[in-house]
Amino acid sequence: MASRARPLSLAAPALAVLLLALVLAPLLAVGLRGAGMSLGPADWAAVRFSVTQALLSAAFSTVLAIPVARALARRRFPGRTALITLMGAPFLLPAVVAVLGLLAVFGRSGVLNQALIQLGLPPISIYGLHGVVLAHVFLNLPLATRMILQGWLAIPAERTRLAQSLGFGPRETFRHLEAPMLREVLPGVALVILIVCLTSFAVVITLGGGPRATTIELAIYQAVRFEFDLGRAAGLAGVQLLICALAALIAWRFARPAGFGAGLDRDLALPAPGGWRTWGDGTALVAVTPFLTLPLLSVLLRGLPGLTDLPASVLPAAGRSIIVALVSSGLTTVAALTLALASARRPKPLIEAAATLPLATSGLVLGTGLFLMIQPLAPPMTLALPVTVLVNVALSLPYLYRILLPETRALQADYGRLADSLSLSGWARLRWLILPRLARPLGFGAGVAAALSMGDLGVIALFAGERQATLPLVVAQLTGAYRMEAAAAAALILVTLSFALFWACDAGGRRAAA
Amino acid sequence: MQKQFLAAGLLSIATPALAETPILQVLTYDSFTSEWGPGPAVEKAFEATCACDLQFIPAGDGAALLARIQLEGTASDADVVLGLDTSLTAAATATQLFAPHEKNPALNLPVDFADPNFLPFDWGWFAFVYDKTKVTDAPKSFEALAASDLKIVIQDPRSSTPGLGLLLWVKAASGDRAGEVWQALADNIVTVTPGWSEAYGLFLEGEADMVLSYTTSPAYHLLAESDDTKSAALFDEGHYMQIEVAGKLAATDQSELADQFLDFMLSDAFQSAIPQTNWMYPAVTPAAGLPQGFDAFRPAKSLLMSSDEAKAVRDAALAEWQAALAR
Repeated sequence: MASRARPLSLAAPALAVLLLALVLAPLLAVGLRGAGMSLGPADWAAVRFSVTQALLSAAFSTVLAIPVARALARRRFPGRTALITLMGAPFLLPAVVAVLGLLAVFGRSGVLNQALIQLGLPPISIYGLHGVVLAHVFLNLPLATRMILQGWLAIPAERTRLAQSLGFGPRETFRHLEAPMLREVLPGVALVILIVCLTSFAVVITLGGGPRATTIELAIYQAVRFEFDLGRAAGLAGVQLLICALAALIAWRFARPAGFGAGLDRDLALPAPGGWRTWGDGTALVAVTPFLTLPLLSVLLRGLPGLTDLPASVLPAAGRSIIVALVSSGLTTVAALTLALASARRPKPLIEAAATLPLATSGLVLGTGLFLMIQPLAPPMTLALPVTVLVNVALSLPYLYRILLPETRALQADYGRLADSLSLSGWARLRWLILPRLARPLGFGAGVAAALSMGDLGVIALFAGERQATLPLVVAQLTGAYRMEAAAAAALILVTLSFALFWACDAGGRRAAA
Repeated sequence: MQKQFLAAGLLSIATPALAETPILQVLTYDSFTSEWGPGPAVEKAFEATCACDLQFIPAGDGAALLARIQLEGTASDADVVLGLDTSLTAAATATQLFAPHEKNPALNLPVDFADPNFLPFDWGWFAFVYDKTKVTDAPKSFEALAASDLKIVIQDPRSSTPGLGLLLWVKAASGDRAGEVWQALADNIVTVTPGWSEAYGLFLEGEADMVLSYTTSPAYHLLAESDDTKSAALFDEGHYMQIEVAGKLAATDQSELADQFLDFMLSDAFQSAIPQTNWMYPAVTPAAGLPQGFDAFRPAKSLLMSSDEAKAVRDAALAEWQAALAR
């Protein structure tokens, strides 16, 4: 029995080692080019601020996502599906676009302050730590909601029915069904958001209001661009990785499998308790909808006028971006599934590390390191798109892994022994068990990966040659040349394409699962 | 055997093309090479005279160019670097990667400028740009700006060249009092952005009354958008300049062609493309003169530190800036 070889048993560790090498080798390459890694007091202040804002952002995003996800899980109302789909949108906005969208609502001349002035109330300022957290919640709460909602939907209908027949009220349901599910899902969600906020750059500076809001990523940027102090850059990136590793360790210690067991996939609506809870769920949905849709609406309105006046380079750039996104998404899905299946039986530290650390890498250090490594071998320009794909895979894999892991764990616990006893292994197991059972999270995850790869500016700026620009790069170039209207239009195209890719994958997964 | 034939065949296709047209590679910032930047016009005009293939390698912004050159060292494929500014040239010279140009062209700059390694191709004055219809009483000095309740948005000197330019502007204008000026300005600053485009975008969205940009910014709105509402505030203490330069890399394998390009850079064909694509003043005024709007805001006094001076004061000025704004 023990010698039963699965193709995945070797693939996963190899993949994990590759991923770790992709993250650590560039860091090493940058560090070796620098002289010493001494960090000054300003650097440590940046570390402190980064951690503070990331902790606050992750806490607010995760905690606020719980009531929203619960309301979406147990209520049925017109527009519910649209709202769930829309939850994919903020996350895939390029940072600068998201900031402008938020400012249209919360800015000095945004609708909120206009309304306050009309009412004779003092205006509020979005600039400062609270603004940074607000923007991060806007960007990450929807993703958290989707991930937690997956958890709610994964509670087997049989458990819910058992709870009903035992006469569980909402309180008991929470204690015996919802709390264990949250205990399994939340640490991973909080971890991903914490790390993504830790490395956030443009949002933090722009809304931070001044040098108090200095992050590790800005310090790295300054070290590479203005001081060419690669040792310091590598040191800062190393600190960022250590913080991330520590956070991952804590999250990993805290998470517990819920252990609901298998169900028969009966479609049963969750009990929707009445009374004040109806009002509670309604409030959560009514509060979150304008918070998410108004900034998106402003992105749409800002982009429309410029659509007729777009430069010709937008079209080929969009084509390149779509190809990069599709290839990245496909590779990421395969890689993340391989890793998530391998650690389904029990958590494996190597795989956990490989599937988490890429999130914490500094884009600039990763790009610079890859550049240093590739340059002696080939002109970096010739490899611009393959390198972009590779980096996209590494950077979006952690999201996908977190989305898939609870599901592969449940799959292994519920069906592992049955499949083993039927000698269902290899491709047959994939074809008949894994893919059908995981279609929904796979579709959602592939969509997230595609959208992320579409919007990622990351390393392309360092590698792209003439006529190799992707859509995000064209947007950046347009804004750098006064052409804000065209830039807003190009950004709208970028967001629409990302959203379309996300929607196609997500809906495809849901259809396959139904 | 078949593989050898294939290889021979491919080589016979590739070699003549390589042998006939020399390639000149110019490393520059993104917006120079974009289809609405000077790149396309410059490429066409130069290729018409040089019997060569001019290729631009885009590499982010001005500061990214220097980082890129330092990363690549002598292994760089680039022959010319175009787009550094005078706050970066001291660091660029220190890399010893650049070759002296040995030229002494006549230039139309408001200050004397000579650098053994770098030749200027355009320049501008930093200025606070505002909307005339919203700000009626524009300040005439940093002091007046600080005393007003106007809101401004500026760029971070740690990540952007205009941000660094403002840092040097305040230092050049106020000397030892620079820290006080920043403290007085602190309550006017809405926010600090990572780069020029974010700041300018916020200004256009109405987030601030004024933005740090260039005296030529209103000309863009006037000429490209027929919008004459934008204006630049002229300060009595003078305006700091940004001079953008190009230099030949010492390790180039196209030394003559690179020299030829640097000569071409100061010719009418190149210079006349600059004003309405890069929205800066050309280093040599074209025969046809400057476009409308370029004479609208001419400061009485130009400020510029030598590149060595800029390098020497930068760290202290940055510390002053951080201390003043972190309160």
